[in-house]
Amino acid sequence: MSSSVSLNPQAELKRIRDTVKRSRGGVREIRVCCGTGCQARGSMELYEVLRKEAESFKGARIRVKKTGCQGLCEKGAVVTDSAAGYFYCLAKKENARTILERVKEDDEKVSSLLYIDHTTGKPVIYTEDIPFYKKQHRLVLRQSGSTDPEDILDYIAAGGYRSLAKVLGGMSPEKVIEEITSSGLRGRGGGGFPTGRKWRSCRDASGQKKYVICNADEGDPGAFMDRSILEGNPHSILEGMIIGAYAIGAHQGYVYVRDEYPLAVHRLKIAMAQAGEFGLLGYDILNTGFTFNVRTNRGGGAFVCGESTALMASLQGQIGEPRAKYIHTVERGLWDCPTVLNNVETWANVPIIIEMGAEQYAKIGSEGSKGTKIFSVVGKVNNTGLVEVPMGMTIREIVFDICGGVRNDKQFKGVQTGGPSGGCIPARLADLPVDFDSLTEAGSMMGSGGMIVLDEHTCMVDVARYFMSFLRKESCGKCTLCREGTEVMHETLKSICEGRGSKQDIDLLEELGQAMQTGALCALGTSAPNSVLSTLRYFQDEYLEHIRNKRCPAGVCRELVTYSIDPDICKGCGKCKELCPQQAIEGEKKTPHRIRLELCMKCGACLDVCPFGAVGRRSYCDKS
Amino acid sequence: MNQTEIRDIVDEYLEESAQLVPILQDIHRKYGYLPEETLHHVAERLHIPLSRVYSVATFYGAFSLKPRGRHLISLCMGTACHLQGAPRLLHALKDKFKLEDGETSPDERFTLKVVNCLGTCALAPVVVVDGTYFDGMNPDKLLKALRRFE
Ligand SMILES: Cc1cc2nc3c(=O)[nH]c(=O)nc-3n(C[C@H](O)[C@H](O)[C@H](O)COP(=O)(O)O)c2cc1C
Ligand code: FES
Repeated sequence: MSSSVSLNPQAELKRIRDTVKRSRGGVREIRVCCGTGCQARGSMELYEVLRKEAESFKGARIRVKKTGCQGLCEKGAVVTDSAAGYFYCLAKKENARTILERVKEDDEKVSSLLYIDHTTGKPVIYTEDIPFYKKQHRLVLRQSGSTDPEDILDYIAAGGYRSLAKVLGGMSPEKVIEEITSSGLRGRGGGGFPTGRKWRSCRDASGQKKYVICNADEGDPGAFMDRSILEGNPHSILEGMIIGAYAIGAHQGYVYVRDEYPLAVHRLKIAMAQAGEFGLLGYDILNTGFTFNVRTNRGGGAFVCGESTALMASLQGQIGEPRAKYIHTVERGLWDCPTVLNNVETWANVPIIIEMGAEQYAKIGSEGSKGTKIFSVVGKVNNTGLVEVPMGMTIREIVFDICGGVRNDKQFKGVQTGGPSGGCIPARLADLPVDFDSLTEAGSMMGSGGMIVLDEHTCMVDVARYFMSFLRKESCGKCTLCREGTEVMHETLKSICEGRGSKQDIDLLEELGQAMQTGALCALGTSAPNSVLSTLRYFQDEYLEHIRNKRCPAGVCRELVTYSIDPDICKGCGKCKELCPQQAIEGEKKTPHRIRLELCMKCGACLDVCPFGAVGRRSYCDKS
Repeated sequence: MNQTEIRDIVDEYLEESAQLVPILQDIHRKYGYLPEETLHHVAERLHIPLSRVYSVATFYGAFSLKPRGRHLISLCMGTACHLQGAPRLLHALKDKFKLEDGETSPDERFTLKVVNCLGTCALAPVVVVDGTYFDGMNPDKLLKALRRFE
């Protein structure tokens, strides 16, 4: 780059963008989703076959491209056709030839791969007509699904790094912080702390050396928003971090990525190398004299390391124990230097705000929560996947309108939000707007964006026990209330699930929960009782059923259910008898079989294998 | 003497010594676990006490101090998988192969690692064996799928 460019980074970037656009204009893209979900369903093989086949289609300007997660993981592998707008799902490598041939045949579509709307039973042709996408507002995810995450030119052509050029080309750090502050952006990692205020304090803190960190530890077991951004659009995170570093005056950054995310680390490293080559990262960025480097660190697989002070300890090569926060990390964080730590999604919002302007951005969302939020909607729901919606959308809209409602037409019981630190919200509050404040008020929290759909076959005591078992293992053990509290709560919940609970247990859980909320050292401990307290608040009758009647109404708790075979349905095929590991099933061929309850260990193998649906699982009470 | 200047100089080197976790991760990837003598080695080379290496090696779930079996089973116990029957898979593995989380079967065929969300909740419950994903599992399907891993 020539020295005159230093005066105008924006012009330089525009030049690159125009060149790319010219060379790629008119090319028809077949976009194959290569997020982890689709890869597990064989999308990489499909991609390879498509590419090979496409080579033989000379003349037609086709580019087969791999993209990040397109959201509808339920129907992977997902393929979209850029020019025609067709959306294909459940695609396999055997479909590759047909997909390409139809492209040649004047925009014909492959009918067998179209999405079937399960309410109407009719196929839907275009992406934007699929209910799953219709009500979403894809802002952070807008390029995940259209750009190749391993190709920086794709990102630049789509307007990437424009915000960085705008910032370095004429905005003062003060102005950047002002912009982020007035956009109303709040941290997406769980706490919802105003990002602008955090940056302000860090900029004002004294110290030569400052750091920015991206928290990509994503510990919530059942959520994968951050992973999808890392895999689908790593440059947006880097761009956000560079802007943040400029604003607070840092020259070194870290991305702390969860160990289970190898693809994310791989793509991030490619993105960093490419950004470096283009002079967008490293020494003298865009010839403006600003220098910023980033390193990636893989986490060690400890949930508590998502907590800010524990994460910093881990980065320093120590065990990930949090410290009390009477000194804020914005003043003394990594290596005791002022540090800004933000979540992946928070960083990815930064370039968007700079590009749109704070005022426009603040028009999206609700009163206290601006912008959009990505949720990973999983559990007993028809369309499992990633959705991005404006803050303040109701639970009902997300679960029913976007995600197609509860699987197998079962009854909707509620949602669990916020991961292990969050809580359960019952179906009767389905019209609650989803934003930071209303979720907290309802006894749960936004968390990082996990939303687990629960149905009539979900046992709420079991859910509470599940999260407590998780937290018990993940408690770092430094403070007594958390270490012992989670242990006792887990033991108590377990005994209730096994039919050994008593009425006093409920009082104990409540008392202990309140003690932990006030006395634990870090937010892992103070939020640990949330799932218990929220289920006690909304679903206490289920606890009482377990305690008084030794009955699990949902039929989940192993000790409290029995299996039986309906003699009217059983055809005596013998499949279950053959499979039963306990030899607990008896009966002659072609006559109804019977389970000997004294031998049954309740593994459920018979239920899975029965081709006629003759095996049932019931709570004790209906045993007769 | 300027305190912050000295701190900056020292910090440069602190950052270098912070590489303990990544070092152990690389060793772990190479051998599938952390053999005892490697811990001594690391402590010696980094000039830090063995106790510090040991504390890090035992704190993080990603590290194992025991050798791994021929095949690695990662069983997802994330929320989505839990709700859709992952605990039954765990029971099945316990019954059939005497496997517990983090343990290796007596015949050294399998090592079981219980993980929290593999990010493929749409496929719940998910089991990954040596990198191959098996989705929508039940105990019977899982045991059948494992047959080809000898
Ligand atoms: C136990 C615990 C686990 C956490 N895990 C994460 C995580 O996985 N990812 C994350 O971004 N924040 C996590 N947080 C929140 C962070 O401490 C911190 O608030 C956040 O990363 C700040 O970024 P934000 O302001 O952009 O949200 C966790 C907090 C606690 C107490
Ligand atoms: S909970 Fe198992 S993959 Fe997410």
